[in-house]
Amino acid sequence: MNLFNIIRDIEQVDPEVYERLNSRRSAFGMLGKAALAAAPLALGSVFQKAYGKTNDAVSDVLNFALLLEYLESEFYQLGLAAAGLIPAANRAGFAQISKHEAQHVAFLKEALGMAAIAKPEFDFTAKGNFNDVFTNYGTFAAVAQVLEDTGVRAYKGQAGSLLGTDVLTLALQIHSVEARHASFVRRIRGQKGWIVGNDGGAVPAVAAANYAGEDNTAQGGLDKAMFAAAYSDATVSEAFDEILTREQVIAIATPFLA
Amino acid sequence: MSKIRIPHEPNHPLAEGLNQPMKRGTFLKFAGATFATSTMLLAGCKEYEDLFNPKIKELVVDLGSGDIGILNYAYVLEQLEAAYYIQVMTTPYPGMSAEEKSILTDLRDHEIIHRDFFKKALGDKAIPALRFDFSKINFYDRTSVLTQAAYFEDDGVAAYNGAGKLIRNVDYLVLAGKIVSVEARHASAIRDLLNPLSPDFAGDDVVSSPNGLDLARTPLQTLPRVAAFIAAKINADNLPK
Repeated sequence: MNLFNIIRDIEQVDPEVYERLNSRRSAFGMLGKAALAAAPLALGSVFQKAYGKTNDAVSDVLNFALLLEYLESEFYQLGLAAAGLIPAANRAGFAQISKHEAQHVAFLKEALGMAAIAKPEFDFTAKGNFNDVFTNYGTFAAVAQVLEDTGVRAYKGQAGSLLGTDVLTLALQIHSVEARHASFVRRIRGQKGWIVGNDGGAVPAVAAANYAGEDNTAQGGLDKAMFAAAYSDATVSEAFDEILTREQVIAIATPFLA
Repeated sequence: MSKIRIPHEPNHPLAEGLNQPMKRGTFLKFAGATFATSTMLLAGCKEYEDLFNPKIKELVVDLGSGDIGILNYAYVLEQLEAAYYIQVMTTPYPGMSAEEKSILTDLRDHEIIHRDFFKKALGDKAIPALRFDFSKINFYDRTSVLTQAAYFEDDGVAAYNGAGKLIRNVDYLVLAGKIVSVEARHASAIRDLLNPLSPDFAGDDVVSSPNGLDLARTPLQTLPRVAAFIAAKINADNLPK
C-alpha cells in the first residue's frame, strides 16, 4: 500500500500540505483509522478539503488521465511480452517506459481511490487499423509514438482545469515524463524528438488527428513575425507542443476501446 | 516592475553593452576576460577589489511579482539556455556527429524562439538581456557540453513543473505547458546521446519511483542551481510562493 506516497509527493512541492490538512496528526489519523477499503475514499476527501476543488472536478481530470495511462500501460506490457517483437537493443528503453506507465496507473488509482474508473478492455488494433501491432515492430513503435505524443497533448489540455492546485504539479510531473518518452520513441524511429509541423513522422494516416494543430506558429496572440531571426514554420512549430481538448482525445482514444 | 541597478563604472563589463545584444562569438571571450581580470585583482589592489566586490557593484535584476514575475523567471532560464547553445554551436566540439549537430542546432533555435517569445510577451515588463559566464565549461569536450546541456534541460523541466501552480492566468499556464514538454523532449534526446538506448532518457535520477514523477522545483530551489552561470544577481523575492 502506497497510500501516503501521494501526500509525500505533494509535500515535496508544498511543504505546507499538512497545514492545509489542519495538522499532520489529523491527516494521518484520518487515513490510519480508516479500514483498507475506505482508505482511498478518505484520500479523496483529503484532496477536496485541501484544495477546495470539488471532488468531481479533480476526479474528472484524474480519471481522464487514468484512462490514457491504462491504455499505455497495457500496450507496453503486451508489447514487451510479445516474443520477438521488440529488438533486443530497444528493450531497455521500452521497459523503462512501461515501468513509468504502470507507476502512473497505480499513482492515479491511489489518488482517486473509490472514484477510480476500472480498466476497460482495449483493442490495440484500433478497430483493424493496426492489425499487426504486436507482430510488426514498425507498427508497434509507430503506435507507441502516437500514444506518447497524444498523451503529452492530452495532459497539457487539462492543465487549465487544475489551475493553482498542487494536483496540477503532479499532473505536470507526469506530463514531462510522457514527453521524455515521446522524444525517445520518435528518435529510435528515426524521427526528430520534437514534432515538426503537423506531420507525425511516418505514422499511419489514421493518426492525422493526433497531430492536428501541431503546426501552429502563433503563440500568446503573437505570430511568428515576433522573432527577430527568420525561422521556418517547421522550426517555430517544433518549439511549442500544442494541446488537445478532452473531446479530441476521447475521439482519438475511442477506437482503442474494445 | 524591474528594478535594475547598473554598476557605476562605465568600463565595468556588466555595464558595457547592457542594452545592446551581445555578439554571438563574444561569450567565451567575455567570460574569459572577466575571470582573467578577476584573478589579477586577487593580487590585492583595493580599488579593483571594490570594483569587483559583488556587494558594491553587482547588477541586480528584480523579476517582479505575480504572473509577470513567473514569466520573467522563465525568461531568465530561456536566456540561459539560448546563450548556452549559441556558444555550443559557435565553437562546436571536435567530432560532433551530424546527428548531434542537427539536435544541438534545433535546441539552439528552440531556445532562442522561447527566449524571444518571452521578451515579446513581457514587453516593457521584461527584465533586460542577461550576460552569462560559461567559463567553467569546456566547450571543446563532447561529454562536458552534453552533460551541461542535460543539466540545463532537466532543470528547465523541473522549473516549469514547479512554477506551474504559481501561475494565475490560464493562458500563461498553457503557454508554459507548451514549452515544458519541448524541454523534456530535449532532455530526453541529450540524455540519450550521452548513453544511447539506455533508460537514461527518463532515468531514475530524474523520474522518481514509485510514482513515475519528473522533478519539480520552486523558483527559490532552481535559481541557486544556475546562479553561477548568470552575471547578475536575480532577485526572486517578490515571486509568488
